[in-house]
Amino acid sequence: MPRCTTGRAVPAQSYSVNLRMIESFLPIITLTLSVSGIALVIASVLGFPLGAWLALARVPGKRLIEALIYTGMAFPPVVVGLAVYLLLSRSGPLGWLGWLFTPRAMIVAQVVIALPMVAGLTQSAIEALDPALRLQLRALGASPAQTMWTLLAEARAGVISALIAAFGSIISEVGAVMLVGGNIAGSTRVMTTAIVLETRQGEFELALALGAVLLSLTFVINFAIMRLGQRREVAPR
Amino acid sequence: MTTLYRLEGVRQTYGARTVLDLTSLEVHRGEVLGIVGPSGAGKSTLLRLLNLLEPPTAGAVTFDGQRQNGAPPLATLRRVTTVFQRPVLLDRTVAENVAFGLGLRGRADAGRVAAALDQVGLTPLARAQARKLSGGEMQRTALARALVIEPEVLLLDEPTANLDPYNIGLIETTVATLNRERGTTVVLVTHNVFQARRLADRVALLLEGQLVELAPTRAFFETPEDPRTGAFLRGEIIY
Repeated sequence: MPRCTTGRAVPAQSYSVNLRMIESFLPIITLTLSVSGIALVIASVLGFPLGAWLALARVPGKRLIEALIYTGMAFPPVVVGLAVYLLLSRSGPLGWLGWLFTPRAMIVAQVVIALPMVAGLTQSAIEALDPALRLQLRALGASPAQTMWTLLAEARAGVISALIAAFGSIISEVGAVMLVGGNIAGSTRVMTTAIVLETRQGEFELALALGAVLLSLTFVINFAIMRLGQRREVAPR
Repeated sequence: MTTLYRLEGVRQTYGARTVLDLTSLEVHRGEVLGIVGPSGAGKSTLLRLLNLLEPPTAGAVTFDGQRQNGAPPLATLRRVTTVFQRPVLLDRTVAENVAFGLGLRGRADAGRVAAALDQVGLTPLARAQARKLSGGEMQRTALARALVIEPEVLLLDEPTANLDPYNIGLIETTVATLNRERGTTVVLVTHNVFQARRLADRVALLLEGQLVELAPTRAFFETPEDPRTGAFLRGEIIY
């Protein structure tokens, strides 16, 4: 009898996705959301200030950093996975951490994938604002940090797009998490790697069900992020 | 009157272009100083220096006895504010825009915001989106946003350009009241020599980045010493 991704038995002849199957997805869904959620938070904490700094600062080397970020946005995730794998492998410079084939390694890989997107798109969003706004904020007595946060708030549509793009890229990513996580059942198996496994095993219903759940979750989370960026309605003029 | 600003040998250069070159200029505490001059005379650059937003390329700017080195402490920066010719408002309501400066200082005060809105006649529009207002209403919002933080120095860069007479009158009255009742020092940059005459205690003429003449308002308009001042007032200097 074949087993689904969590190891629970599933009747081989069953072509319906029943409640028990959905239940068996829960640990995978939880891990997927945890890994991608934590990676998105870390990428945002680092990427928003970095993007804002790139938009505002006039320092030597800025163009080089921009070029690196744009390159990072187009980096194949599997190459990121390979780099993180080499870094975290036992003989690698960070091997002493013992993170390889753990969710931490997957978070690291996803941060590396998401960070250039968050930073690059945040930079673009802030650069698209009226340049006179920065001068006005300083003239009103804003500190550099207050200026940065106000500009991020003003550029919220672009910042939200950055979050959605980054989240979409990491939650749907398979190569990097497969390499550094190892797709270990009950430990590092996430939805995308589970879909790959189930497909390879011919469990198309399970793979499709997981895909549908992944799509639904992505839709709900993107919708929530979009709502986060909307300002409340105010009285019309 | 005591000296609030002293500018000595101030030169401001962008690339190869010198936009301001002042031998000496003083701004007195509590006065309304009008700065007139054609476009490109360096008036807005002078305001940025007075707001301590940028350091001069050469020379010294002294504010309240302290020589400024281009990176003023936040507390000093917050004693001065500017209302620019084109109001740059945040994508928020009118009331939120007006409250913004107080929020930066950690001194949110709905009563003061309401009073500032009332002063510029914007109470009915307090909850309207600021960027959907008319030009005059936006400029009044920008003025209220500056008033509410009670700056020691209010710098006005063509605050009534392209506005209708009603808005011009309201803004001029507000500025005059602020100066009279709170003793706020006002530096008013304007193309409109009549406005300078109505509001200013002293008036200065800038031409091509240089100070041509600075005199009490009446003397400036009635007995200018420099022939270029007379030519400017007669409209003979085209801009």
